[in-house]
Amino acid sequence: MKKKWLSYPYLVWMAIFIIIPSLLILFYGFTVKDEQGFRFSLQNFYRFCDPIFFSVLFKSLWLALLSTFVCLIVGYPVALILASKEYSKKTTMSMLFIIPMWMNFLLRTYAWLTLLEKHGIINSILSFFHLPTINILYTNGAVVLGMVYNFLPFMILPIYSVLMKVDNKLVEAAQDLGGNWVTVFRKVILPLSLPGVMSGLTMVFMPAVTTFVISKLLGGAQYTLIGNLIERQFLTVYDWNFGAAISIIMMIFILISIAIMSRFDEDKGGGAALW
Amino acid sequence: MRRILSGILAAAVVTVSVALTGCGGASNDKTTLKVYNWGDYIGEDVIQKFEDKFNINVVYDTFPTNEEMYVKLKAGGSDYDVAIPSDYMIKKMINEGMVKKINLNNIPNYKYIEEKFKNLSFDPNNEYSVPYMWGTVGIIYNKTMVKEPVDSWNILWDKKYDKQIFMLDSQRDSIAVALKKLGYSLNTKNKDELEKAKNELIKQKDIVQAYVGDEVKDKMIMGEGALAVVWSGDAVYMKSQNKDLEYAIPKEGSNLWFDSMVIPSTAKHQKEAEEFINFMCDTEIALENTNYIGYSTPQTEAKKKLDPELLKDIAAYPTDEQMKDCEVFIDLDASIKDYDKIWTEITSR
Repeated sequence: MKKKWLSYPYLVWMAIFIIIPSLLILFYGFTVKDEQGFRFSLQNFYRFCDPIFFSVLFKSLWLALLSTFVCLIVGYPVALILASKEYSKKTTMSMLFIIPMWMNFLLRTYAWLTLLEKHGIINSILSFFHLPTINILYTNGAVVLGMVYNFLPFMILPIYSVLMKVDNKLVEAAQDLGGNWVTVFRKVILPLSLPGVMSGLTMVFMPAVTTFVISKLLGGAQYTLIGNLIERQFLTVYDWNFGAAISIIMMIFILISIAIMSRFDEDKGGGAALW
Repeated sequence: MRRILSGILAAAVVTVSVALTGCGGASNDKTTLKVYNWGDYIGEDVIQKFEDKFNINVVYDTFPTNEEMYVKLKAGGSDYDVAIPSDYMIKKMINEGMVKKINLNNIPNYKYIEEKFKNLSFDPNNEYSVPYMWGTVGIIYNKTMVKEPVDSWNILWDKKYDKQIFMLDSQRDSIAVALKKLGYSLNTKNKDELEKAKNELIKQKDIVQAYVGDEVKDKMIMGEGALAVVWSGDAVYMKSQNKDLEYAIPKEGSNLWFDSMVIPSTAKHQKEAEEFINFMCDTEIALENTNYIGYSTPQTEAKKKLDPELLKDIAAYPTDEQMKDCEVFIDLDASIKDYDKIWTEITSR
């Protein structure tokens, strides 16, 4: 490899913005600050062993899992349609998914705030047609909706890119052998698309479990999620040590979930290739 | 939100224009003064006027919360000459040696500051700070939805207004509301009192529509709720946008707050910083600031020139009687962890 030096800027970048911050988090997480300065301690982790914090963690994991599941149910058929050879509006369709991602995530979430209000746009339309209005703003439903809306493309695109590469001959062969579409899907398409599904699950689950903006805006801050808890430790309480410890706990959960998912993800080049 | 965005834009424009004039050459001997203020918290031409009058370049940056300002100054690397934090934060900064003493002899306009706003508890001899704006925390309500008089925090616990109430997404402010309702000090560190406040807020949570930040302004203007806890200056703005809104300071007392000008210890231009502070206390400038921002000025001469209607508005200028039981926040030190724990317990249900 003659052009090894080309990678140096990236290595420096990684060192400054990924490795050093991670080390700092580890340092803060395993220390406490007192008059003499920093001292090694597991106290931050003991502090987390409190039913309240567990319920925060549980709630974050539950909402994230729910959102991931909804994304999968909604996203898989969309990816299938996009990948199907007969569908001609493919480009338009995928553009429709990608264009909103060009807009800032915060702005899009603020937009939902206006849409879902009691006298908001959706309810105005509903009441115009004398339909019952909906009041889901500031509930779990709104938080899940916000997560699904924001993270859905991260589910669709990896699955789509894997499905695109499925050799159509395999599908034809299965059909020739007498499989109806259910069998073809179950025995051929679904197993082949699993790597995409797995990376989609990871791509959605990770941001969903750590979000603090969506729960703050659409949940009306009524739900402290783990992301909110971490944010507050850094900005309001000035307890960086506890904040870092919670981040470490969070990272452990994410690593576990990645480990579980990557066991299924045999084909490393699959969905990951897109990213 | 709109105001914040426009504030950010204005700040960006100011910074850019300052940078451009800075590059214009022939100004190498000009001093550069760095000012750090809340977003959208200064009259539109004030910086320009100061630059013209004193032949000084101003670099103007903004922050959204006291905490963010503190973290930035504490982390080092910044060299702001003037900052405008709030009361409890000023106390904390004094305690940690983060601010310089101000020589009041260099601030002749200090004489215009109303006596009752001098020597406040967070800076007993006014050695470190000069008041810029002040205000209260109270309840804004929509007269078309709330027919009864609003004079007590208890109304925020009234089941009649189920899902019509907005609280602040700020642990300190929301816990203060519950403490005041119970008749305790909003600076308490007493665990029993905090425990009772927590139970009050948990009891209230079912009828609260949401805990919100700046979006409360749009929400109340659009009639999305009947009652909300807000800062007085925001109340003045909301009332100007929706005539059905009215502001009240509950009789149990509330939070009285001040934003004051300080000189961070990292400042490089003490003399110019004092000139700037003096300039901000000038009658015309103070008037321009208070008219633009909508918050209340502690400058006596500027107050005299205000619209008489505004002076009658208790959102802007409450009477001493109404402020009788109001308290100023004091930094909580380590007890802030208790507050955070309480807030987590309330919001994780």
